[in-house]
Amino acid sequence: MSANNASDLPKVSDRLAYNAMRNWKEKLIEAILLGAAAISVLTTLGIVYVLVSESYSFFQNVSIIDFLTDTQWTPLFDDAHFGIMVLISGTLVSSGVALLLAIPMGTIIAIYLSEFANPKVREMAKPILELLGGIPTIVFGYFALLVVTPILQFFLPSLPGFSLLSAGIVMGVMIVPYIASLSEDAMRAVPMSMREGAYAMGSTKLYTAIHVVVPAAISGLAASYILGISRAVGETMILAVAAGMQPNLTWNPMEPAATITSFIVQVALGDLPHGSIGYQTIFAAGLTLLMITLLFNILGQWLRAKYRENY
Amino acid sequence: MQIHDTPALKAEARNLNFYYSEKQALKSINMPIYDKKVTALIGPSGCGKSTYLRSFNRMHDLYPGNRYEGEIRFFPDNTNLLSPDVDPIEVRMRIGMVFQKPNPFPKTIFENVAYGLRVRGENNKRTLDDKVEHALKGAAIWDEVKDRLQDMAPNLSGGQQQRLCIARALATDPELLLFDEPTSALDPIATGAIEELVHELKKRVTILIVTHNMQQAARVSDYTAYMYLGEMIEFGKTDQIFIKPNDKRTEDYITGRMG
Repeated sequence: MSANNASDLPKVSDRLAYNAMRNWKEKLIEAILLGAAAISVLTTLGIVYVLVSESYSFFQNVSIIDFLTDTQWTPLFDDAHFGIMVLISGTLVSSGVALLLAIPMGTIIAIYLSEFANPKVREMAKPILELLGGIPTIVFGYFALLVVTPILQFFLPSLPGFSLLSAGIVMGVMIVPYIASLSEDAMRAVPMSMREGAYAMGSTKLYTAIHVVVPAAISGLAASYILGISRAVGETMILAVAAGMQPNLTWNPMEPAATITSFIVQVALGDLPHGSIGYQTIFAAGLTLLMITLLFNILGQWLRAKYRENY
Repeated sequence: MQIHDTPALKAEARNLNFYYSEKQALKSINMPIYDKKVTALIGPSGCGKSTYLRSFNRMHDLYPGNRYEGEIRFFPDNTNLLSPDVDPIEVRMRIGMVFQKPNPFPKTIFENVAYGLRVRGENNKRTLDDKVEHALKGAAIWDEVKDRLQDMAPNLSGGQQQRLCIARALATDPELLLFDEPTSALDPIATGAIEELVHELKKRVTILIVTHNMQQAARVSDYTAYMYLGEMIEFGKTDQIFIKPNDKRTEDYITGRMG
Protein backbone atom coordinates (compact mmCIF):
# COMPACT_ATOMS: atom_id res chain seq x y z
CA MET A 1 0.00 0.00 0.00
CA SER A 2 3.05 2.23 -0.26
CA ALA A 3 2.42 3.17 -3.87
CA ASN A 4 -0.11 5.90 -3.48
CA ASN A 5 1.35 8.30 -6.02
CA ALA A 6 -1.32 9.56 -8.37
CA SER A 7 0.61 8.25 -11.38
CA ASP A 8 0.54 4.66 -10.09
CA LEU A 9 -3.23 4.51 -9.87
CA PRO A 10 -5.22 3.32 -12.90
CA LYS A 11 -6.92 6.17 -14.64
CA VAL A 12 -10.69 6.20 -14.76
CA SER A 13 -10.60 6.40 -18.55
CA ASP A 14 -8.48 3.20 -18.74
CA ARG A 15 -11.09 1.28 -16.85
CA LEU A 16 -13.94 2.46 -19.04
CA ALA A 17 -12.29 2.43 -22.46
CA TYR A 18 -13.13 -1.20 -23.30
CA ASN A 19 -16.81 -0.42 -23.43
CA ALA A 20 -16.83 1.89 -26.44
CA MET A 21 -20.20 0.53 -27.59
CA ARG A 22 -21.81 2.18 -24.63
CA ASN A 23 -20.65 5.60 -25.79
CA TRP A 24 -22.12 5.00 -29.25
CA LYS A 25 -25.43 3.93 -27.81
CA GLU A 26 -25.52 6.97 -25.58
CA LYS A 27 -24.81 9.23 -28.55
CA LEU A 28 -27.48 7.57 -30.67
CA ILE A 29 -30.11 7.94 -27.97
CA GLU A 30 -29.09 11.54 -27.46
CA ALA A 31 -29.48 12.20 -31.19
CA ILE A 32 -32.97 10.65 -31.22
CA LEU A 33 -34.03 12.71 -28.23
CA LEU A 34 -32.63 15.86 -29.78
CA GLY A 35 -34.45 15.07 -33.02
CA ALA A 36 -37.75 14.65 -31.19
CA ALA A 37 -37.26 17.93 -29.37
CA ALA A 38 -36.22 19.65 -32.60
CA ILE A 39 -39.43 18.68 -34.40
CA SER A 40 -41.64 20.67 -32.07
CA VAL A 41 -39.26 23.61 -31.96
CA LEU A 42 -38.93 23.66 -35.75
CA THR A 43 -42.70 23.45 -36.20
CA THR A 44 -43.13 26.46 -33.96
CA LEU A 45 -40.44 28.35 -35.82
CA GLY A 46 -42.07 27.42 -39.14
CA ILE A 47 -45.44 28.75 -37.99
CA VAL A 48 -43.87 31.97 -36.77
CA TYR A 49 -42.00 32.34 -40.07
CA VAL A 50 -45.16 31.93 -42.16
CA LEU A 51 -47.14 34.30 -39.94
CA VAL A 52 -44.43 36.95 -39.99
CA SER A 53 -43.65 36.76 -43.71
CA GLU A 54 -47.31 36.91 -44.80
CA SER A 55 -48.01 39.65 -42.28
CA TYR A 56 -45.04 41.53 -43.67
CA SER A 57 -46.68 41.64 -47.12
CA PHE A 58 -49.93 42.68 -45.42
CA PHE A 59 -48.26 45.60 -43.71
CA GLN A 60 -46.83 46.72 -47.07
CA ASN A 61 -50.42 47.60 -47.98
CA VAL A 62 -51.88 48.61 -44.64
CA SER A 63 -50.10 50.86 -42.19
CA ILE A 64 -49.62 49.56 -38.65
CA ILE A 65 -51.19 52.75 -37.29
CA ASP A 66 -54.41 52.10 -39.23
CA PHE A 67 -54.31 48.47 -38.23
CA LEU A 68 -54.21 49.38 -34.53
CA THR A 69 -56.43 52.47 -34.48
CA ASP A 70 -59.13 52.01 -37.14
CA THR A 71 -62.53 51.28 -35.62
CA GLN A 72 -63.88 49.21 -38.51
CA TRP A 73 -62.96 45.78 -39.76
CA THR A 74 -64.21 45.26 -43.32
CA PRO A 75 -61.29 43.61 -45.13
CA LEU A 76 -63.45 42.01 -47.81
CA PHE A 77 -65.51 45.07 -48.74
CA ASP A 78 -64.71 47.55 -51.49
CA ASP A 79 -64.19 50.19 -48.84
CA ALA A 80 -61.77 48.05 -46.87
CA HIS A 81 -60.92 48.88 -43.28
CA PHE A 82 -58.43 46.94 -41.20
CA GLY A 83 -59.01 47.91 -37.56
CA ILE A 84 -57.86 44.89 -35.57
CA MET A 85 -59.21 46.43 -32.35
CA VAL A 86 -62.66 45.36 -33.56
CA LEU A 87 -61.60 41.71 -33.33
CA ILE A 88 -59.43 42.20 -30.23
CA SER A 89 -62.40 43.65 -28.36
CA GLY A 90 -64.48 40.55 -29.15
CA THR A 91 -61.64 38.27 -28.08
CA LEU A 92 -61.01 40.15 -24.83
CA VAL A 93 -64.67 40.44 -23.85
CA SER A 94 -65.44 36.76 -24.47
CA SER A 95 -62.22 35.70 -22.72
CA GLY A 96 -63.02 38.04 -19.84
CA VAL A 97 -66.45 36.49 -19.37
CA ALA A 98 -64.97 33.00 -19.56
CA LEU A 99 -62.21 33.71 -17.04
CA LEU A 100 -64.51 35.53 -14.65
CA LEU A 101 -66.33 32.23 -14.41
CA ALA A 102 -63.47 29.75 -14.80
CA ILE A 103 -60.86 31.20 -12.44
CA PRO A 104 -63.00 31.44 -9.28
CA MET A 105 -64.83 28.20 -10.02
CA GLY A 106 -61.67 26.29 -10.94
CA THR A 107 -59.88 27.52 -7.85
CA ILE A 108 -62.77 26.65 -5.55
CA ILE A 109 -63.03 23.16 -7.04
CA ALA A 110 -59.28 22.72 -6.62
CA ILE A 111 -59.42 23.83 -2.98
CA TYR A 112 -62.26 21.43 -2.34
CA LEU A 113 -60.58 18.48 -4.04
CA SER A 114 -57.18 19.05 -2.51
CA GLU A 115 -58.11 20.07 1.02
CA PHE A 116 -61.61 18.85 1.82
CA ALA A 117 -62.65 15.91 -0.37
CA ASN A 118 -61.90 12.49 0.98
CA PRO A 119 -59.67 10.37 -1.27
CA LYS A 120 -62.60 8.37 -2.66
CA VAL A 121 -64.46 11.46 -3.83
CA ARG A 122 -61.26 12.85 -5.31
CA GLU A 123 -60.52 9.66 -7.24
CA MET A 124 -64.01 9.81 -8.71
CA ALA A 125 -64.32 13.54 -9.33
CA LYS A 126 -61.01 14.17 -11.03
CA PRO A 127 -61.45 11.87 -14.03
CA ILE A 128 -65.02 13.14 -14.52
CA LEU A 129 -63.75 16.69 -14.41
CA GLU A 130 -61.05 15.89 -16.92
CA LEU A 131 -63.63 14.23 -19.17
CA LEU A 132 -65.32 17.62 -19.39
CA GLY A 133 -62.07 18.96 -20.84
CA GLY A 134 -62.17 16.26 -23.50
CA ILE A 135 -65.53 17.25 -25.02
CA PRO A 136 -65.00 18.65 -28.55
CA THR A 137 -65.41 22.42 -28.56
CA ILE A 138 -67.91 22.28 -31.43
CA VAL A 139 -70.24 20.44 -29.04
CA PHE A 140 -69.77 23.19 -26.49
CA GLY A 141 -70.49 25.70 -29.25
CA TYR A 142 -73.89 24.25 -30.07
CA PHE A 143 -74.60 23.77 -26.38
CA ALA A 144 -74.06 27.52 -25.98
CA LEU A 145 -76.22 28.38 -28.96
CA LEU A 146 -79.10 25.97 -28.38
CA VAL A 147 -79.23 25.58 -24.60
CA VAL A 148 -77.40 28.37 -22.78
CA THR A 149 -78.55 31.26 -24.96
CA PRO A 150 -82.29 30.43 -24.60
CA ILE A 151 -81.86 30.05 -20.83
CA LEU A 152 -80.07 33.39 -20.62
CA GLN A 153 -82.74 34.98 -22.80
CA PHE A 154 -85.31 33.91 -20.23
CA PHE A 155 -83.57 36.14 -17.67
CA LEU A 156 -82.31 38.78 -20.11
CA PRO A 157 -85.01 39.16 -22.77
CA SER A 158 -82.94 41.70 -24.69
CA LEU A 159 -80.13 39.21 -25.30
CA PRO A 160 -79.70 38.53 -29.03
CA GLY A 161 -79.46 35.01 -30.45
CA PHE A 162 -75.71 35.33 -30.79
CA SER A 163 -73.79 36.91 -27.93
CA LEU A 164 -70.33 37.07 -26.39
CA LEU A 165 -71.94 36.44 -23.00
CA SER A 166 -73.35 33.04 -23.79
CA ALA A 167 -70.26 31.94 -25.71
CA GLY A 168 -68.03 33.26 -22.92
CA ILE A 169 -69.94 31.41 -20.20
CA VAL A 170 -69.72 28.09 -22.01
CA MET A 171 -66.07 28.72 -22.79
CA GLY A 172 -65.58 29.29 -19.04
CA VAL A 173 -67.21 25.94 -18.29
CA MET A 174 -64.87 24.35 -20.80
CA ILE A 175 -61.81 25.90 -19.12
CA VAL A 176 -62.81 25.05 -15.53
CA PRO A 177 -61.37 21.51 -15.66
CA TYR A 178 -57.98 22.73 -16.84
CA ILE A 179 -57.71 25.27 -14.07
CA ALA A 180 -59.15 22.95 -11.43
CA SER A 181 -56.91 20.05 -12.33
CA LEU A 182 -53.66 22.02 -12.54
CA SER A 183 -54.44 24.07 -9.43
CA GLU A 184 -55.25 20.92 -7.51
CA ASP A 185 -51.90 19.43 -8.50
CA ALA A 186 -50.15 22.61 -7.34
CA MET A 187 -51.94 22.61 -4.00
CA ARG A 188 -51.35 18.95 -3.35
CA ALA A 189 -47.65 19.53 -3.97
CA VAL A 190 -47.56 21.81 -0.92
CA PRO A 191 -45.82 19.71 1.72
CA MET A 192 -47.92 18.29 4.54
CA SER A 193 -45.50 19.83 7.05
CA MET A 194 -46.74 23.26 5.99
CA ARG A 195 -50.35 22.30 6.70
CA GLU A 196 -49.40 20.67 9.99
CA GLY A 197 -47.74 23.92 11.01
CA ALA A 198 -50.95 25.77 10.30
CA TYR A 199 -53.18 23.24 12.06
CA ALA A 200 -50.85 23.23 15.06
CA MET A 201 -51.52 26.97 15.38
CA GLY A 202 -55.21 26.20 15.81
CA SER A 203 -56.41 27.08 12.33
CA THR A 204 -59.42 25.46 10.72
CA LYS A 205 -59.29 23.61 7.41
CA LEU A 206 -60.67 26.56 5.49
CA TYR A 207 -58.31 29.05 7.13
CA THR A 208 -55.37 26.77 6.39
CA ALA A 209 -56.44 26.34 2.77
CA ILE A 210 -56.87 30.07 2.14
CA HIS A 211 -54.03 31.50 4.20
CA VAL A 212 -51.33 28.87 3.87
CA VAL A 213 -51.93 26.37 1.06
CA VAL A 214 -53.08 28.85 -1.60
CA PRO A 215 -50.19 31.29 -1.02
CA ALA A 216 -47.75 28.36 -1.01
CA ALA A 217 -49.10 27.09 -4.33
CA ILE A 218 -49.49 30.54 -5.90
CA SER A 219 -47.02 30.02 -8.73
CA GLY A 220 -48.78 26.81 -9.78
CA LEU A 221 -52.12 28.56 -9.58
CA ALA A 222 -50.79 31.42 -11.71
CA ALA A 223 -49.56 28.89 -14.27
CA SER A 224 -53.01 27.31 -14.45
CA TYR A 225 -54.64 30.72 -14.88
CA ILE A 226 -52.24 31.56 -17.69
CA LEU A 227 -53.10 28.31 -19.41
CA GLY A 228 -56.77 29.18 -18.97
CA ILE A 229 -56.21 32.60 -20.53
CA SER A 230 -54.40 31.04 -23.48
CA ARG A 231 -57.23 28.57 -23.98
CA ALA A 232 -59.82 31.36 -23.86
CA VAL A 233 -57.97 33.67 -26.22
CA GLY A 234 -57.32 30.88 -28.71
CA GLU A 235 -60.76 29.22 -28.51
CA THR A 236 -62.46 29.19 -31.89
CA MET A 237 -65.46 26.95 -32.45
CA ILE A 238 -67.59 28.03 -29.49
CA LEU A 239 -67.26 31.64 -30.59
CA ALA A 240 -67.75 30.92 -34.27
CA VAL A 241 -71.00 29.08 -33.47
CA ALA A 242 -72.48 31.06 -30.59
CA ALA A 243 -71.08 34.59 -30.69
CA GLY A 244 -72.04 35.55 -34.22
CA MET A 245 -69.42 36.53 -36.75
CA GLN A 246 -70.12 40.15 -37.50
CA PRO A 247 -67.17 42.41 -36.67
CA ASN A 248 -68.37 44.72 -33.93
CA LEU A 249 -66.21 47.02 -31.83
CA THR A 250 -67.89 46.58 -28.46
CA TRP A 251 -67.05 46.04 -24.82
CA ASN A 252 -70.58 44.89 -24.07
CA PRO A 253 -70.87 41.10 -23.63
CA MET A 254 -74.59 41.30 -24.42
CA GLU A 255 -73.81 41.94 -28.09
CA PRO A 256 -72.73 39.59 -30.84
CA ALA A 257 -69.21 40.09 -32.15
CA ALA A 258 -66.47 38.38 -34.12
CA THR A 259 -63.22 37.47 -32.41
CA ILE A 260 -59.80 37.06 -33.98
CA THR A 261 -60.24 33.32 -34.17
CA SER A 262 -63.79 33.29 -35.47
CA PHE A 263 -62.78 35.77 -38.17
CA ILE A 264 -59.98 33.45 -39.26
CA VAL A 265 -62.40 30.53 -39.49
CA GLN A 266 -64.89 32.56 -41.44
CA VAL A 267 -62.37 33.80 -43.97
CA ALA A 268 -60.55 30.51 -44.27
CA LEU A 269 -63.81 28.79 -45.22
CA GLY A 270 -64.36 31.06 -48.20
CA ASP A 271 -62.11 30.87 -51.24
CA LEU A 272 -59.75 33.77 -51.26
CA PRO A 273 -57.07 34.00 -53.92
CA HIS A 274 -53.61 33.28 -52.55
CA GLY A 275 -51.67 36.51 -52.07
CA SER A 276 -54.72 38.77 -51.99
CA ILE A 277 -55.06 41.29 -49.20
CA GLY A 278 -57.99 39.34 -47.76
CA TYR A 279 -55.85 36.23 -47.62
CA GLN A 280 -53.08 38.13 -45.88
CA THR A 281 -55.40 39.48 -43.20
CA ILE A 282 -55.68 35.93 -41.86
CA PHE A 283 -51.99 35.96 -41.10
CA ALA A 284 -51.98 39.45 -39.65
CA ALA A 285 -54.85 38.42 -37.37
CA GLY A 286 -53.04 35.18 -36.50
CA LEU A 287 -49.88 37.07 -35.64
CA THR A 288 -51.87 39.38 -33.39
CA LEU A 289 -53.31 36.36 -31.62
CA LEU A 290 -49.85 34.88 -31.20
CA MET A 291 -48.63 38.15 -29.71
CA ILE A 292 -51.47 38.23 -27.19
CA THR A 293 -50.84 34.64 -26.08
CA LEU A 294 -47.11 35.31 -25.95
CA LEU A 295 -47.71 38.35 -23.78
CA PHE A 296 -49.68 36.30 -21.28
CA ASN A 297 -47.10 33.54 -21.31
CA ILE A 298 -44.33 36.01 -20.55
CA LEU A 299 -46.46 37.48 -17.79
CA GLY A 300 -46.97 33.98 -16.44
CA GLN A 301 -43.24 33.21 -16.50
CA TRP A 302 -42.54 36.45 -14.72
CA LEU A 303 -45.16 35.73 -12.06
CA ARG A 304 -43.82 32.26 -11.60
CA ALA A 305 -40.27 33.51 -11.14
CA LYS A 306 -41.42 36.19 -8.72
CA TYR A 307 -43.49 33.94 -6.48
CA ARG A 308 -41.47 30.76 -6.74
CA GLU A 309 -42.10 28.48 -3.79
CA ASN A 310 -39.13 27.94 -1.64
CA TYR A 311 -40.08 24.99 0.43
CA MET B 1 -37.37 7.46 42.17
CA GLN B 2 -37.12 9.99 44.96
CA ILE B 3 -38.41 13.40 44.09
CA HIS B 4 -38.83 15.55 47.18
CA ASP B 5 -39.59 18.90 45.58
CA THR B 6 -42.23 17.60 43.16
CA PRO B 7 -43.42 20.59 41.06
CA ALA B 8 -47.00 21.15 39.95
CA LEU B 9 -48.40 18.96 37.20
CA LYS B 10 -49.10 20.51 33.80
CA ALA B 11 -50.27 17.36 32.11
CA GLU B 12 -50.43 13.66 32.75
CA ALA B 13 -50.78 10.70 30.41
CA ARG B 14 -52.94 7.98 31.92
CA ASN B 15 -53.00 4.56 30.35
CA LEU B 16 -52.48 6.08 26.91
CA ASN B 17 -52.69 3.71 23.97
CA PHE B 18 -52.45 4.80 20.38
CA TYR B 19 -53.17 2.91 17.17
CA TYR B 20 -52.31 3.69 13.55
CA SER B 21 -55.23 1.70 12.11
CA GLU B 22 -54.41 -1.81 13.40
CA LYS B 23 -50.87 -1.16 14.53
CA GLN B 24 -50.45 -0.21 18.16
CA ALA B 25 -47.82 2.51 18.45
CA LEU B 26 -48.15 3.45 22.13
CA LYS B 27 -48.69 0.95 24.92
CA SER B 28 -50.31 2.14 28.14
CA ILE B 29 -48.15 5.16 28.75
CA ASN B 30 -48.33 6.76 32.17
CA MET B 31 -46.27 9.85 32.62
CA PRO B 32 -46.41 13.24 34.32
CA ILE B 33 -45.40 16.50 32.63
CA TYR B 34 -44.35 19.04 35.25
CA ASP B 35 -45.23 22.70 35.03
CA LYS B 36 -42.51 25.07 33.72
CA LYS B 37 -40.02 22.24 33.34
CA VAL B 38 -38.37 20.75 30.28
CA THR B 39 -39.17 17.08 29.75
CA ALA B 40 -37.16 15.20 27.13
CA LEU B 41 -38.35 12.09 25.31
CA ILE B 42 -35.52 9.84 24.14
CA GLY B 43 -35.41 6.45 22.50
CA PRO B 44 -34.43 4.75 19.25
CA SER B 45 -36.18 5.55 15.97
CA GLY B 46 -39.69 4.18 15.77
CA CYS B 47 -40.08 3.90 19.53
CA GLY B 48 -43.17 6.11 19.48
CA LYS B 49 -41.79 9.27 21.02
CA SER B 50 -42.99 11.52 18.18
CA THR B 51 -46.33 9.68 18.16
CA TYR B 52 -46.64 10.39 21.85
CA LEU B 53 -45.70 14.05 21.41
CA ARG B 54 -48.21 14.54 18.60
CA SER B 55 -51.00 13.10 20.76
CA PHE B 56 -50.85 16.18 22.98
CA ASN B 57 -52.09 18.57 20.28
CA ARG B 58 -54.24 15.96 18.53
CA MET B 59 -52.18 16.06 15.32
CA HIS B 60 -53.23 12.45 14.71
CA ASP B 61 -56.78 13.68 14.16
CA LEU B 62 -55.66 15.04 10.79
CA TYR B 63 -55.26 11.56 9.33
CA PRO B 64 -57.97 8.93 9.04
CA GLY B 65 -57.75 5.62 10.87
CA ASN B 66 -55.88 6.85 13.94
CA ARG B 67 -57.28 5.98 17.35
CA TYR B 68 -56.52 7.02 20.92
CA GLU B 69 -57.35 5.16 24.11
CA GLY B 70 -56.82 6.46 27.61
CA GLU B 71 -56.37 10.04 28.68
CA ILE B 72 -54.04 12.96 28.66
CA ARG B 73 -55.14 15.19 31.51
CA PHE B 74 -54.27 18.85 31.14
CA PHE B 75 -54.06 21.10 34.20
CA PRO B 76 -55.07 23.33 35.92
CA ASP B 77 -58.52 22.66 34.44
CA ASN B 78 -58.13 18.86 34.37
CA THR B 79 -59.37 18.56 30.77
CA ASN B 80 -58.88 15.27 28.98
CA LEU B 81 -57.17 16.44 25.78
CA LEU B 82 -58.14 13.25 23.97
CA SER B 83 -61.82 13.32 24.81
CA PRO B 84 -64.02 13.30 21.70
CA ASP B 85 -65.96 16.17 23.28
CA VAL B 86 -62.87 18.37 23.26
CA ASP B 87 -62.37 20.32 20.04
CA PRO B 88 -58.85 19.68 18.68
CA ILE B 89 -58.69 23.30 17.53
CA GLU B 90 -59.28 24.38 21.11
CA VAL B 91 -56.44 22.09 22.21
CA ARG B 92 -54.05 23.43 19.58
CA MET B 93 -54.78 26.98 20.66
CA ARG B 94 -53.39 26.13 24.10
CA ILE B 95 -50.49 23.96 23.00
CA GLY B 96 -47.83 25.20 20.58
CA MET B 97 -45.63 23.01 18.41
CA VAL B 98 -42.25 23.32 16.71
CA PHE B 99 -41.49 20.77 14.03
CA GLN B 100 -38.43 18.83 12.97
CA LYS B 101 -37.97 20.74 9.76
CA PRO B 102 -38.56 24.48 9.98
CA ASN B 103 -41.89 25.14 8.25
CA PRO B 104 -42.40 28.89 7.99
CA PHE B 105 -45.46 29.90 5.95
CA PRO B 106 -44.94 31.56 2.57
CA LYS B 107 -45.61 34.95 4.12
CA THR B 108 -43.59 37.80 5.55
CA ILE B 109 -41.69 37.41 8.82
CA PHE B 110 -44.25 39.62 10.53
CA GLU B 111 -47.24 37.70 9.17
CA ASN B 112 -45.72 34.38 10.20
CA VAL B 113 -45.54 35.46 13.82
CA ALA B 114 -48.90 37.21 13.66
CA TYR B 115 -50.52 34.09 12.17
CA GLY B 116 -51.76 32.54 15.41
CA LEU B 117 -53.06 35.89 16.60
CA ARG B 118 -54.97 36.41 13.37
CA VAL B 119 -56.42 32.89 13.64
CA ARG B 120 -57.74 33.98 17.02
CA GLY B 121 -59.35 37.02 15.38
CA GLU B 122 -56.85 39.64 16.54
CA ASN B 123 -56.56 42.39 13.92
CA ASN B 124 -55.63 45.42 15.97
CA LYS B 125 -52.42 46.78 14.44
CA ARG B 126 -50.99 48.02 17.74
CA THR B 127 -51.64 44.73 19.55
CA LEU B 128 -50.19 42.70 16.68
CA ASP B 129 -47.06 44.87 16.56
CA ASP B 130 -46.53 44.49 20.30
CA LYS B 131 -47.10 40.77 20.43
CA VAL B 132 -45.01 40.05 17.34
CA GLU B 133 -42.10 42.04 18.78
CA HIS B 134 -42.47 40.33 22.14
CA ALA B 135 -42.55 36.88 20.54
CA LEU B 136 -39.55 37.57 18.30
CA LYS B 137 -37.61 38.80 21.33
CA GLY B 138 -38.68 35.71 23.24
CA ALA B 139 -37.31 33.55 20.45
CA ALA B 140 -34.02 35.50 20.40
CA ILE B 141 -34.37 36.52 16.77
CA TRP B 142 -35.65 40.10 17.12
CA ASP B 143 -32.26 41.77 16.59
CA GLU B 144 -31.67 39.83 13.38
CA VAL B 145 -35.02 40.56 11.77
CA LYS B 146 -36.33 43.80 13.27
CA ASP B 147 -35.29 45.78 10.18
CA ARG B 148 -36.82 43.38 7.70
CA LEU B 149 -40.11 42.25 9.14
CA GLN B 150 -41.69 42.58 5.70
CA ASP B 151 -39.22 40.17 4.04
CA MET B 152 -40.47 36.73 3.09
CA ALA B 153 -39.81 34.22 5.87
CA PRO B 154 -38.61 31.37 3.61
CA ASN B 155 -35.59 33.54 2.70
CA LEU B 156 -34.19 33.26 6.23
CA SER B 157 -31.47 30.73 7.07
CA GLY B 158 -32.51 27.36 8.50
CA GLY B 159 -31.59 28.29 12.08
CA GLN B 160 -33.41 31.61 11.80
CA GLN B 161 -36.44 29.88 10.31
CA GLN B 162 -36.59 27.52 13.25
CA ARG B 163 -36.38 30.38 15.75
CA LEU B 164 -39.08 32.14 13.73
CA CYS B 165 -41.25 29.03 14.08
CA ILE B 166 -40.63 29.16 17.84
CA ALA B 167 -41.63 32.84 17.84
CA ARG B 168 -44.76 31.90 15.86
CA ALA B 169 -45.66 29.33 18.52
CA LEU B 170 -44.83 31.73 21.38
CA ALA B 171 -46.89 34.63 20.04
CA THR B 172 -50.13 33.15 21.33
CA ASP B 173 -48.78 32.42 24.83
CA PRO B 174 -49.18 28.64 24.78
CA GLU B 175 -49.26 26.76 28.07
CA LEU B 176 -47.26 23.86 26.68
CA LEU B 177 -44.72 23.85 23.86
CA LEU B 178 -44.02 20.66 21.95
CA PHE B 179 -40.67 20.33 20.19
CA ASP B 180 -40.31 17.48 17.70
CA GLU B 181 -36.56 17.09 17.16
CA PRO B 182 -36.25 20.82 16.58
CA THR B 183 -32.53 20.82 15.84
CA SER B 184 -32.09 17.73 13.69
CA ALA B 185 -32.01 19.85 10.50
CA LEU B 186 -29.69 22.50 11.92
CA ASP B 187 -25.94 23.03 12.19
CA PRO B 188 -24.21 22.98 15.61
CA ILE B 189 -24.26 26.76 16.06
CA ALA B 190 -27.97 27.07 15.28
CA THR B 191 -28.54 24.03 17.52
CA GLY B 192 -26.73 25.78 20.36
CA ALA B 193 -28.92 28.85 19.93
CA ILE B 194 -32.11 26.76 20.07
CA GLU B 195 -30.94 24.87 23.15
CA GLU B 196 -30.15 28.10 24.93
CA LEU B 197 -33.59 29.34 23.97
CA VAL B 198 -35.29 26.25 25.37
CA HIS B 199 -33.46 26.84 28.62
CA GLU B 200 -34.64 30.44 28.67
CA LEU B 201 -38.23 29.59 27.72
CA LYS B 202 -38.93 27.22 30.59
CA LYS B 203 -39.35 30.21 32.85
CA ARG B 204 -42.52 31.00 30.94
CA VAL B 205 -43.82 27.76 29.50
CA THR B 206 -43.81 24.00 30.00
CA ILE B 207 -41.76 22.20 27.37
CA LEU B 208 -41.86 18.67 26.00
CA ILE B 209 -39.04 17.87 23.60
CA VAL B 210 -38.32 14.83 21.47
CA THR B 211 -34.68 14.41 20.65
CA HIS B 212 -32.38 11.86 19.08
CA ASN B 213 -29.43 13.53 20.65
CA MET B 214 -28.77 12.33 24.17
CA GLN B 215 -26.32 15.10 24.95
CA GLN B 216 -29.07 17.50 24.04
CA ALA B 217 -31.53 15.79 26.36
CA ALA B 218 -28.94 15.91 29.14
CA ARG B 219 -28.18 19.58 28.48
CA VAL B 220 -31.66 21.04 28.22
CA SER B 221 -34.07 18.88 30.20
CA ASP B 222 -35.09 18.60 33.84
CA TYR B 223 -36.88 15.29 33.35
CA THR B 224 -36.25 12.55 30.84
CA ALA B 225 -38.35 9.66 29.64
CA TYR B 226 -36.86 6.71 27.81
CA MET B 227 -39.23 5.00 25.38
CA TYR B 228 -38.77 1.73 23.56
CA LEU B 229 -41.16 -0.08 21.19
CA GLY B 230 -44.11 2.07 22.20
CA GLU B 231 -43.57 1.63 25.91
CA MET B 232 -42.40 4.05 28.54
CA ILE B 233 -39.44 2.21 30.02
CA GLU B 234 -38.27 4.77 32.51
CA PHE B 235 -39.09 8.28 33.59
CA GLY B 236 -37.18 10.38 36.08
CA LYS B 237 -35.07 13.40 36.73
CA THR B 238 -32.57 13.84 33.94
CA ASP B 239 -29.58 13.53 36.27
CA GLN B 240 -30.84 10.28 37.66
CA ILE B 241 -31.66 8.83 34.21
CA PHE B 242 -28.26 9.65 32.82
CA ILE B 243 -26.14 8.88 35.89
CA LYS B 244 -27.94 6.01 37.49
CA PRO B 245 -30.76 4.57 35.38
CA ASN B 246 -32.86 1.92 37.10
CA ASP B 247 -33.64 -0.09 34.02
CA LYS B 248 -31.03 -2.09 32.18
CA ARG B 249 -32.54 -1.14 28.79
CA THR B 250 -32.24 2.56 29.59
CA GLU B 251 -28.63 2.07 30.58
CA ASP B 252 -27.86 0.18 27.38
CA TYR B 253 -29.37 2.92 25.26
CA ILE B 254 -27.68 5.75 27.08
CA THR B 255 -24.28 4.11 27.03
CA GLY B 256 -24.69 3.41 23.32
CA ARG B 257 -24.93 -0.36 23.46
CA MET B 258 -28.25 -0.28 21.69
CA GLY B 259 -30.32 1.93 19.44
